[in-house]
Amino acid sequence: MLDPLRPPGPCPAAVREGTSPISTPTTPRSVSRRRFLTYLVAAPALAVGAQLALDGEPAEALPGIPDVLDLGDALILAGLPTSHLLVLEVTSAGRVVLQLPRLEVGQGLTTAMAMLVADELGARLGDVDVPLAPARPELLFNQLTGASNSVRSLYDPVRAAAAAARARLVTAAARRWSLSAGSLRVQDSAVLAPDGRSASYASLAVEAAGVLVPAVPATPKPVSQQRLVGQATGRIDARDIVTGKAKYTGDLDIPGAVPTVVSRPPTINGTVRSYRADAALAMPGVLGVVRIPTGIAVLAETFDQAMKAKAGLDIDWGPGPLATLSDEDIRGRLRDAQPPFLVPPLLTQHVDAEFDFAFVSHAPMEVLTAVADVRADRAELWFGAQAPIVAQQAIAAELGLPLSAVTLHVVRGGGSFGRRLFFDAGLEAAQISKAAGRPVKLMWTRNDDVRHGRMRPASHHRIRATHALGQVLTYEHRVATVRTDFRHGLGEALTAAAFDLSVAGITLSQAFFLLTEKLPYELGLSTQLLAEVPLEMHTGSWRSVYSGLVRVADEIMVDELARTLGQDPAAFRRSRLSDAAGRAVLDRLVQAGDWGRAMPAGHAQGIAFHAEHRSSVAYLVELDATDRANPRVTKAVAVADVGRVINPRGLEAQLMGALMDGISVTLQAGVHIDKGAVREGSYADFRYARQRHSPPEFAVHLMPPSGSPGGAGELGVPAAAAAVANAWARATGTSPRSFPVNF
Amino acid sequence: MDGQSAVPSYQFVLNGRSVTVDAPADMPLLWVLRDKLGVTGPKYGCGVGVCRACTSHLDDAEIQPCTVPVQDCAGRRVTTIEGLADGDRLHPVQQAWLDQDVAQCGFCQPGQIMTAVALLRRTPDPTDADIDRIENVCRCGTYFRIREAIKQAAAAGS
Ligand code: FES
Ligand code: FES
Repeated sequence: MLDPLRPPGPCPAAVREGTSPISTPTTPRSVSRRRFLTYLVAAPALAVGAQLALDGEPAEALPGIPDVLDLGDALILAGLPTSHLLVLEVTSAGRVVLQLPRLEVGQGLTTAMAMLVADELGARLGDVDVPLAPARPELLFNQLTGASNSVRSLYDPVRAAAAAARARLVTAAARRWSLSAGSLRVQDSAVLAPDGRSASYASLAVEAAGVLVPAVPATPKPVSQQRLVGQATGRIDARDIVTGKAKYTGDLDIPGAVPTVVSRPPTINGTVRSYRADAALAMPGVLGVVRIPTGIAVLAETFDQAMKAKAGLDIDWGPGPLATLSDEDIRGRLRDAQPPFLVPPLLTQHVDAEFDFAFVSHAPMEVLTAVADVRADRAELWFGAQAPIVAQQAIAAELGLPLSAVTLHVVRGGGSFGRRLFFDAGLEAAQISKAAGRPVKLMWTRNDDVRHGRMRPASHHRIRATHALGQVLTYEHRVATVRTDFRHGLGEALTAAAFDLSVAGITLSQAFFLLTEKLPYELGLSTQLLAEVPLEMHTGSWRSVYSGLVRVADEIMVDELARTLGQDPAAFRRSRLSDAAGRAVLDRLVQAGDWGRAMPAGHAQGIAFHAEHRSSVAYLVELDATDRANPRVTKAVAVADVGRVINPRGLEAQLMGALMDGISVTLQAGVHIDKGAVREGSYADFRYARQRHSPPEFAVHLMPPSGSPGGAGELGVPAAAAAVANAWARATGTSPRSFPVNF
Repeated sequence: MDGQSAVPSYQFVLNGRSVTVDAPADMPLLWVLRDKLGVTGPKYGCGVGVCRACTSHLDDAEIQPCTVPVQDCAGRRVTTIEGLADGDRLHPVQQAWLDQDVAQCGFCQPGQIMTAVALLRRTPDPTDADIDRIENVCRCGTYFRIREAIKQAAAAGS
């Protein structure tokens, strides 16, 4: 990689240099004019910080949720006023280290960030390390991994920090050689002089730390000079993964942390009336039994012994608060909660439909695991946390310790899909360690995960579209869901972004709903309303949150509307998509996926579109439903436009994973509630897709990169799920109304 | 407990090295590996032989260590993901996994790789139908790339 540096000139306004953090103005109303202050951090070798700052207008509480913003923008706004946002270090050992204030759970974020740093800095990719930063309360709202927002929120500041570091390394080399800094180049973690001399970043790191004002611009390169960004790149941690070296929380060797499991009630949120532990305590390897609010914990020398002793506990369980409720009852409550339609079906023709979606477990491959070492005056924890600051605060409060006495190390997660927004295991581990007076390594069993873990709330949808003379006049969508738990810092973040929910007169869930749920089509007068049924159970955002329900129902309805109006589903969508980028995505899919080709009986194609996170995507699937009990997606094609793509290979992986989520939740994977308990208990009955459900043919086409990066982690789920549902409808000649269809 | 007999001791060859471990006869190999020997490549995902995240080899055959008691391993060869490469030289299946950039979160991948190696040993040129029979769960949904990687490794004659 060769990076010609532009000639020195006055420092552009976009990046200003300083030697100390500069406080930011108050929250602005627009994120379109982001400006980065970069500054040196006191350190023996080069360390550069980047901090967002804006020439902002004064903050005002917004009366409602403006349409121009989506959830990602709101979260970026919330993160603005944090100092020490990012720190990039170049060590004298030649490592380039970016402490990432986010969680890696398989979305490929560490790789994308390493690519950005390497490209901007002129470093070898292999020289860049991206460890996960521990909880840093000073980051306020800027350490939340979610809403497909990480690349969107980090693209500019990471490049600003790397550009500032590069300018200082070049300046240090220029001084050493008494050459004009503008004549130097950077390549492969070294500065090169025209005469062939070179100085490695390692050798320059200390001198560069003394450069207060660089002699070359410290602005990020124009896109045209990016070399690595946009290139398909393998994951930086792939070798560790395939050799078994990658460490997850349960693999950490924390001194003294003993294997621990918790016996949990048969019903959700059931209680312990009384218990006897004598038999369990006498079992081999058992080190202790302690009671916590959620059950009875057993500590042992090995997990095997802990689990066997757990089975030996004698516990009298009290029923949970839902013990009289089953799926039918919950569905009834959801129906009853629906707000009415505004338009009576009197004067026009109309299409009405109702949809039900089952509860879905997150079931990340790595069960919740947390290590806690709680002492009288301090605590140290290790787990995969999407919202580590909120977790740290909650754990400190639980332990009665000041925040500064609680250290939370963020550990890579084995999948998440929203699950690690909550720190249930971390909190329990802290309680157990405190009660037992020793460090513990708490692991939820898979049964715990499915039966007591969080889940995507069940939902009920009523949709009415009226039409006349081939035109859709109105489109109304009423959504009722079991309440989604967002108590992982989202409300505080939105408040910080100047959304005054009380002024707007809406709940946090409704704010989330309004910020994320946008119908991409012109379908006349359209309204979407959310009603929630609060139930005392463990819910949480599941990859793509409301869109995985609302937009799936929309896309099925759009197919049915097209059929009613005698139009081709792809053409119908295209003619009503207001966004040109979306139309281009659809056009590309129709061509790349060979839409409309003849299919044998019992087979069909299905298509669907979704736009969110400043991105758009469409899927075309081919489904073999000749055996209705065992349908198989035989082929899938996805087309996406996510603006600036950092790593196409990573993006394709996200769209592939989203497809498997869509296949799973549409066709076969969900959980039942029977009298307040989850019926399923493992992957044997929570039927997430296996290899035999995955299409042997799969292709992704990416639209040419443009603008800034959009979000992609959750983008694919709604369109993938809906494309499968639409293929099912066409293959079986039915109108699917309840998901998963085989349940 | 009455008559607590001494914990038995078992010897087996783990990733090419002989090990001896004291453990109850019925303790599943998974916990002997993870909690007693510090070998953490095999992952827990269910403990009942369903998810296959723990998949390893006993002699040359695929096993799920969460369901195999340690006593059944005495005197035999146990290979985990850590023992697959030849020093720094990756096994062709591991290399195929890198080339296809299979892993997302990576948690299921040690098991997926060990399953694929066993499959290719039995069936050097697997069909799509053979690959479809793999039961290992990948919650990140990397199945398509797993399929491609297996085909690549097969073509390379692993
Ligand atoms: S942990 Fe062994 S099969 Fe799931
Ligand atoms: S890569 Fe995450 S479970 Fe397979």
